[in-house]
Amino acid sequence: MTLEIPRNHPPGNEASTVVVAGTTHHPQAWKWYHYFTFNVDHKVIGIQYLVTAFLFYLIGGLMAVAMRAELATPDADLLEPNLYNAFMTNHGTIMIFFWIVPSAIGGFGNFLVPLMVGARDMAFPKLNAIAFWLNPPAGLLLLASFFFGGGSQSGWTAYPPLSLVTAPTAQTLWVLAIVLVGTSSILGSLNFVITILFMKVPSMKWDQVPLFCWAILATSVLALVSTPVLAAGLILLLFDLHFGTSFFKPDAGGNVVLYQHLFWFYSHPAVYLMILPIFGIMSEVIPVHARKPIFGYKAIAYSSLAICLVGLFVWVHHMFTSGTPGWMRMFFTISTLIVAVPTGVKIFGWVATLWGGKIRFTSAMLFAVGLLMMFVLGGIGGVTLGTAPFDVHVHDTYYVVGHFHYVLFGGSVFGIYAGIYHWFPKITGRMMNETLGRIHFILTFIGTNLTFLPMHELGLQGMPRRVAMYDPQFTSINEICTIGAYVLGISVIPFTINILWSWVAGKKAGDNPWNAMTLEWTTSSPPLIENWEVLPVVTHGPYDYGVHNAEVQTATVTEASA
Amino acid sequence: MQQIPVSLLTLVAGVVITLFSLWVGQHHSLLPEQASQQAPLVDGFFNIMVTIATALFVVVEGTILIFLWKFRHRQGDDTDGAPVEGNLPLEVFWTAIPTIIVIVLGIYSVDVYGRMGGLDTHNHAPSHVAQMPGTALAATWNDASGMEMAAPVNEPEIGIGAASDRPQKPADLAVDVTGMQFAWIFNYPDSGVMSSELHVPVGADVQLNLAATDVIHSLWVPQFRLKQDAIPGIPTKLRFVATKVGNYPIVCTELCGGYHGSMRSQVVVHTPAEFESWLAENRIAQQELKQAVAVNPAELSTSDFLAPYTQKMGIESIVHSH
Ligand code: HEM
Ligand SMILES: [Cu+2]
Ligand SMILES: [Cu+2]
Repeated sequence: MTLEIPRNHPPGNEASTVVVAGTTHHPQAWKWYHYFTFNVDHKVIGIQYLVTAFLFYLIGGLMAVAMRAELATPDADLLEPNLYNAFMTNHGTIMIFFWIVPSAIGGFGNFLVPLMVGARDMAFPKLNAIAFWLNPPAGLLLLASFFFGGGSQSGWTAYPPLSLVTAPTAQTLWVLAIVLVGTSSILGSLNFVITILFMKVPSMKWDQVPLFCWAILATSVLALVSTPVLAAGLILLLFDLHFGTSFFKPDAGGNVVLYQHLFWFYSHPAVYLMILPIFGIMSEVIPVHARKPIFGYKAIAYSSLAICLVGLFVWVHHMFTSGTPGWMRMFFTISTLIVAVPTGVKIFGWVATLWGGKIRFTSAMLFAVGLLMMFVLGGIGGVTLGTAPFDVHVHDTYYVVGHFHYVLFGGSVFGIYAGIYHWFPKITGRMMNETLGRIHFILTFIGTNLTFLPMHELGLQGMPRRVAMYDPQFTSINEICTIGAYVLGISVIPFTINILWSWVAGKKAGDNPWNAMTLEWTTSSPPLIENWEVLPVVTHGPYDYGVHNAEVQTATVTEASA
Repeated sequence: MQQIPVSLLTLVAGVVITLFSLWVGQHHSLLPEQASQQAPLVDGFFNIMVTIATALFVVVEGTILIFLWKFRHRQGDDTDGAPVEGNLPLEVFWTAIPTIIVIVLGIYSVDVYGRMGGLDTHNHAPSHVAQMPGTALAATWNDASGMEMAAPVNEPEIGIGAASDRPQKPADLAVDVTGMQFAWIFNYPDSGVMSSELHVPVGADVQLNLAATDVIHSLWVPQFRLKQDAIPGIPTKLRFVATKVGNYPIVCTELCGGYHGSMRSQVVVHTPAEFESWLAENRIAQQELKQAVAVNPAELSTSDFLAPYTQKMGIESIVHSH
């Protein structure tokens, strides 16, 4: 990789006069091996997060496909039931703690936030690198746990007493892994809050801060409030496992439901940790490819904060059938339903952004629109689950599995893909192949719906979740789900080829291939080590498409080749 | 082609979507058959949600698709779209509508949940101490007045309790349910019968008192639309009235170990007469079994220990109503 000095600045971004101090202590550009070291550059760290997370995604995905292969028939004939539970547990854990959270927050957050606010790095670069480097050992602990009693098998929720009595060594490694990534997430969040609040270029007004940064700010606050509670719960679990305490041991006076409160106090907000940054990605990708200003900037920014606030008070909806009294079930029904409102505001805002646009169906946009369409269903399903009377029927069934994959796969993963197609040119300096991108999109879209839509019906009819064997009456629907999962498995192939091939031999991207308006596009692709030679001066809003129509027209539109 | 005014099109679309959604709400047949008093309540609520969901889904997805088509980029056009940055009335509108929908749903769900018995926290179900043993259960549930004798001990407060049409009334039949890896045990304290399947008479107000010996389990009867966790250390209850004779699956829905998926049983809903004879047969069979197997008397309570003898001697009621 060579250092490229941006020659032609994109329209509307007049160069300023702030000059960087000497950068002699750095090499001119990072060599490949720098990406395997303790590097403090936020861009390197961002890439480290993204690549590591993607590797875990592949592992977690293989586990999922193995589970679905098992579920093609009613009997536990392919995987031994305890192994099924280990796959189920580690699939969920990996997807949440080692794929979505690190890629969306750690990956995109680190790469983009300083570039978007015009900073040269994060507030605490060393802390940032430490936060990343907690992840690989955590992942190794998790994978190592398979060699001790067959891996942790009590689900990603690790409810005691089950988690206290099954494969205790593996469960211990699991707890340690989660506590490590939790620590990583706390350190990272602290960094984001300080960076966004104190390090933006002075010329950027608060209502010119890109919505992705608002989303990361809300996410970080949420992580700071909720993660310590999870850590506390898990450490108590660890004490019960090893030090003879009995916080959660019912036969010694412990209370198992207390664990559930501690767990869900973190883990419900965790679903917003997984979706808010993705919402941020949506708010960046849609305006660029629809060539329209984002509709309702303030509403979208505030709704993130509203989701983050209300999201702290809905956790008991995971416990409607557990040891919770009636009044609690009702209170949390109402609070849960209310979260739907700010979420709806965002969806409507994006749909309105499409109105009157000049929509370019790039791969990034296809995934963004796909997300929009899938999230509508996931959100509606979520509202139904939020009501206690109905949840009593479908709680812990395949209806829930269908629902949360619609929001996590259809929501988060689609958004991550959209983000990768959108920012790959900035990250690597090269365009991705659009044909492979479209194949990837079509396979993913079909596969996701085929796998997860029928699951709703399975749950309504009577199939519980987390089972390796089931009533034969559900066989045919399960076969459909399994075929869908195979399609999803295959869909990763064109994507991986695209990434590898484009990184080496893709078309050169130039500074601003999409003609976008946020600051990251004002530097070279890939950006200089210090981000800019001369810090940019903000002269317009992040989404002022069509506002300076005349100027924009003079620019050469470097569109992705179809 | 003649120009059709947009407002007319919108109106027609609105009417069609409304009718379609109402139709879907009533005819989706996504749920299994109904076999408890609570099931129609849950389903009625679900149907309303399906109606709203269908309308929302069609409108939002339809809008997205129409926009995608109408505002697609055309070859050679390098301009940007119109710089519309917001529209306050529109934003207020689409914040207010969902707010109203969720508030109405929320209130309605409280109402449904109350009618299902979810808000009941009183302890007025029969317990072991207050039980009339096995005698004429058919009579018991028609006339529960004689049952409110002793204050029940250790009554579960959590779970689904008395339906709103039976406030303050004890259940007709209490069954102690124990979940363990990987089976359910149903114990009829009134008659000393133990079973691996749940047998209940149709039309009776049944209360399950749930407990777990090892890990958490959860008892679900899809046809009843009811589910409650059995939690070690915390007693819970699930009260229902079965409305249809037949066999329905009992499914464990809380991960409880490797064979969680095979922790299945069934509930057999009998006519009252059938139930009586099932109970009688099992009582006799199990008592003979108890005599055949040398039991350790220390492990039995006095009445359990005496039951086989007293019954033979025909003094059952004396022993139990001490
Ligand atoms: C190839 C695509 C995927 C397939 C076929 C798949 C399939 C499955 C299956 C069969 C289960 C077990 C369900 C159960 O028994 O409860 C499961 C659980 C889960 N999946 Fe996925 N999944 C996929 C992708 C994802 C993604 C992208 C996420 C993102 C976060 C995710 C998150 C989870 C979680 C959190 C669980 C719950 C684990 C638990 O119950 O502890 N999955 N998935
Ligand atoms: Cu939740
Ligand atoms: Cu179970």
